[in-house]
Amino acid sequence: MWVDLAIKVGVCGLVLGGVLNFAGMQTWLERKQSALMQDRIGANRAYFTIPLPWWLGGGLINTILRKLGGLGILNALADVLKLLTKEDFIPARGDAFLHTLAPLLSVLFALLAFVAIPIGPPVQLWGREIPLQVADINAGLLFILALASIGIYGVILAGMVSGNNLATLGGLRAASQMLAYEIALGVSLIGIIIWAGSVDLAVIVQKQGALLGGWLPAWGVFVQPVGCLIFMTAALAETKRVPFDLPEGEPEIIGYFTEYSGMKFGLFFLTDFVEVVLVAALTATLFFGGWQVPYLTPTGFQFPWGPGPAVSHLAYVGLGLLSFTIKVLFFIWFFMLIRWTLPRFRYDQLMHLGWKVLFPLALLNLTVTALVVVGLHG
Amino acid sequence: MASLSERLLHQIRDAHQRRALTWWERTYLPAVAQGLWLTSVHFWRNLFLHIAHRFGAFKHLPASVTIQYPEQLRQTSPRLRTRHRLTQREDGTPRCVGCMMCETVCPAKCIYIVPGEHPDPNIEKVARSFDIDLGKCVYCGYCVEVCPEDAIRMDTQRHDIAATSRDGMWLDIVELLHPGSRRPGEPAKRYLQLELDDFRKMKDTLPPSPPTSGTPA
Repeated sequence: MWVDLAIKVGVCGLVLGGVLNFAGMQTWLERKQSALMQDRIGANRAYFTIPLPWWLGGGLINTILRKLGGLGILNALADVLKLLTKEDFIPARGDAFLHTLAPLLSVLFALLAFVAIPIGPPVQLWGREIPLQVADINAGLLFILALASIGIYGVILAGMVSGNNLATLGGLRAASQMLAYEIALGVSLIGIIIWAGSVDLAVIVQKQGALLGGWLPAWGVFVQPVGCLIFMTAALAETKRVPFDLPEGEPEIIGYFTEYSGMKFGLFFLTDFVEVVLVAALTATLFFGGWQVPYLTPTGFQFPWGPGPAVSHLAYVGLGLLSFTIKVLFFIWFFMLIRWTLPRFRYDQLMHLGWKVLFPLALLNLTVTALVVVGLHG
Repeated sequence: MASLSERLLHQIRDAHQRRALTWWERTYLPAVAQGLWLTSVHFWRNLFLHIAHRFGAFKHLPASVTIQYPEQLRQTSPRLRTRHRLTQREDGTPRCVGCMMCETVCPAKCIYIVPGEHPDPNIEKVARSFDIDLGKCVYCGYCVEVCPEDAIRMDTQRHDIAATSRDGMWLDIVELLHPGSRRPGEPAKRYLQLELDDFRKMKDTLPPSPPTSGTPA
């Protein structure tokens, strides 16, 4: 029993560490990627040195710190330091308890959603089978969708209890936006659920290891191209980032976290980044084969033109983890690219896209998928 | 047959009317793809160039348009009106003859001159003290245009003028004759009156001015 617990804690640590690091490094990615996209250099000044004598490696450590500062990585540290030392302000008309609760709710549900995502193939080690998934929930997809819906309560709460009309309006905008896009999100996923015949993410990923017509990996994006497009659009709206950042809109339309400062604001910011990681992980899991490497079977590569090199079990697991990480990183990069390319939607355009375009399109996709599946199997 | 003015009006109306978007354009997907293509091309190009610069390759292609300011300086045009300086005679004394033309013409009234006698009978007078309050200066360049002796110029290419107080915005005669000789944060010696020998000594003791604008690429 203790061994099982230790294993679970280990897997939890792996997932949580990965998610928080990816989320934290997104501040760096955001600065540097936007700089590269706009022909700038980006953050490259923040660094500190430690007064260590040379025999403790002081020179080397300080050189590394300067290099990291030159790459802008230490800015993330400076951000956290700034957020932690800022005044934690609660408006006089606000509710102190709920005002503190809101960012915690927001970040909690965003982080909880990761428990259902399989990050690698099950490991066979010391006669045990260890699933690389924090909780093997047989309704994992529904669990994630439910948590994503609850997560919005933090945002609405933040708007409502700030004692600020503009923040309340921001929270309401968030509520209606989430409503509009969560429906399209859910319906777009039913197609892949019908195809896989399960709402268990581990099963959906397993299913994507097959080949279509003997050469094309049976990834969700090839089975459900329209569903993938709708999902990615709706999921981007869920992250509340540009071009769907109407709940926030820091520069002019004032958002739900106007009355937040310090690390409470930082938690909302972190939630956004965690949600980007979540959406990237979900996109990779549902539509891009999860941890599956194309043509890799548990015993070795099986190319369409014949068997490739054999791999050991641990190498198979490692390749799976690597594949999942690369896919998640790619989608984080891709969502960042979208965020720095497209301008924000107007509010009526946002509602139009959600209710009149994505939702009917998702329904149509669902109908066609259902007909095809019934035609093939029944 | 419509009149000319009516036809012109119709033409203007037609030009103002937007072309209706086609069905494919209305999905916004082609425009989104175009935008993503453009920004990702910039991203990968600049990423490649930044890495290549580390290894010393493709140095002639810039990876960014950023000027890293304190280390790199912007290339300025020589005709840019920048901070003032006073020109010198060969012995280091100011060319200024204290005629008060610039002080009179200055619309901002930011020039303060104290003239003194010059031993040479061919030279009318000499400026013993010359102060400019840059906090008031509007950089119109009238002082340069009005000067009969070419004694004041605005060609130092210095434009990074900042101070933490109004007094810090003053330029005294030493700083005007030798731009860059005053250390940052050091207050100006307002209305400092110097003798001719002081100017001659200054020429030898003060270090040359540091560069204030970038070299042409």
